[in-house]
Amino acid sequence: MKKIILLVPVVVVLLMAFNTSSPIDKATMERGKKVYKVYCATCHQADGGGVPSLNPPLQKTTHVLGSKTKLIRIILKGMNTHEEIDGEIYSNVMAPHNHLSDQQIADVLTYIRNSFGNKAVAVTPGDVKYVRARTK
Amino acid sequence: MHKYSIGALLLIAAMMMNPGNDLLLSKSNQHLPEVANAGLKLPDHFSAVAFADSLGRARHIVASKKGLLYIKLSRLVNGKGILRLKDANGDGRVDNIKSFCNYAGTGITIKDGYLYASSDDDVFRYKLDENDEVINPDSPEKIITGLLNRQQHNTKSLVLDDKGNIYVNIGAPSNSCQVVERSPGSKGKDPCPILDSAAGIWQFRADKLNQSYGQGVRYATGLRNVVGLDWNTEINELFVVQHGRDQLDMFPEYFTAQQNAIRPSEEMFMVKKGANCGWPYCYFDLVENKKVLAPEYGGDGKKTGRCEGMEQPVVAFPAHVAPNALLFYTGDMFPEKYKHGAFVAFHGSWNRSPEKQEGFYVAFVPFKNGKPSGPWEIFADGFAGVETVMSPREAKHRPCGLAQGPDGALYVSDDVRGKIYRIAYKK
Repeated sequence: MKKIILLVPVVVVLLMAFNTSSPIDKATMERGKKVYKVYCATCHQADGGGVPSLNPPLQKTTHVLGSKTKLIRIILKGMNTHEEIDGEIYSNVMAPHNHLSDQQIADVLTYIRNSFGNKAVAVTPGDVKYVRARTK
Repeated sequence: MHKYSIGALLLIAAMMMNPGNDLLLSKSNQHLPEVANAGLKLPDHFSAVAFADSLGRARHIVASKKGLLYIKLSRLVNGKGILRLKDANGDGRVDNIKSFCNYAGTGITIKDGYLYASSDDDVFRYKLDENDEVINPDSPEKIITGLLNRQQHNTKSLVLDDKGNIYVNIGAPSNSCQVVERSPGSKGKDPCPILDSAAGIWQFRADKLNQSYGQGVRYATGLRNVVGLDWNTEINELFVVQHGRDQLDMFPEYFTAQQNAIRPSEEMFMVKKGANCGWPYCYFDLVENKKVLAPEYGGDGKKTGRCEGMEQPVVAFPAHVAPNALLFYTGDMFPEKYKHGAFVAFHGSWNRSPEKQEGFYVAFVPFKNGKPSGPWEIFADGFAGVETVMSPREAKHRPCGLAQGPDGALYVSDDVRGKIYRIAYKK
């Protein structure tokens, strides 16, 4: 039993690593776009270009294309660290968006990771659920 | 590949032949084909040229009596944060650039033989010689230190009066002092603790070293973020322009995104000592045409509540257009209409989604005896270089600083590419 419990995170990580090649379905992109328009577009702009010095762009940045876990955490917890993103500092604060459902977060992140010139694997509701359970 | 190495050799050769100057001069001195009026739309008989270009993030600017232009950069270029531009041959374009100062920032001004400049934490001053050149560029006096800097709204703009006082804006690191910053439905903190050390104008002495909050006076409060400010010498009062609040639609029961795009004004105030301009409790609503209670504090876009005693704007500009500089014109070059009037440089909006962005122009407000004497108008437009700006990144240039030359010409800085416009009048 203990062994199985220990294996669960390993399996989840493996699943996250291997769902690379599945194409993004249209419905997910449509749903993601809707969430983006309501919760993201004001600051990050319709084209994902962000606002120089204020709100980070979402176009091919290391945050957007990198770790899914880190990205999901940003949605859940917001961001006020003002860390450098690809050589620039952005001064506005992002509020936590933990009121969004696992499905909404998965949809919007999948949309962002496959729009504005980006191409990266989809984020699944399971990914969000996993990270949410481990994020305080 | 071959091309690049020849280019690099030429650059190195140019640097060796010109050891006193850095690459800035060779860049800005390029004889590019000039667009009419440097791309600006201006009233009749006004013309503009690109005085300099590609300088970096040129924020506030100031012209000395002898015509030197000092520019504060918000990001260091070759390790330097202030540029000194000179038009030695008088052809209306820079031909000599010096750089100094090891900190980035926004504020810069000149008063009584000193150049004052700010980082986002401190204020420094440099003595000028009889030619308005900085005497000790590497050892300024630090006159103010330890001001609040939490990234958001952290620039420190500067102006002096005629009595040896310097005024510094300290912006609120916040949109509307919510419990959870920029979060839908989150209430405002009451009282807002930010007001103790920010969201106002502080007054210090111009000639004392190492002053901080303890030695300063909170001159005016309830100002979310002021970037543009100027001393009106006609009536001896301080005027400021505020960056008003964003995101009214965090309260969707009262405001749509479209309403957020048009309702909260960018206000110009005359501030006397002790003035309270209302933030975060109140904002000036352009639909209601009055100061109303903010939704974070129980407002619904109509209720006025505690706002009735708050300072009223002398001009209510459109929402979100971001006034970054204010200059009262005292020169003799422009027609009589402009004398003592206010130029305001608008950096342009980002917070108008789903509508197009606005601003990216220099406005003018006629004044008589220290009061607006007519409606404001757009004076110089076309900085963005595109017809419609949906996302601010599309704007090629954004006005940020204003300066009046000794001959009365108006200089405008752009902090996207570092272009400096010189606007002149000839009947």
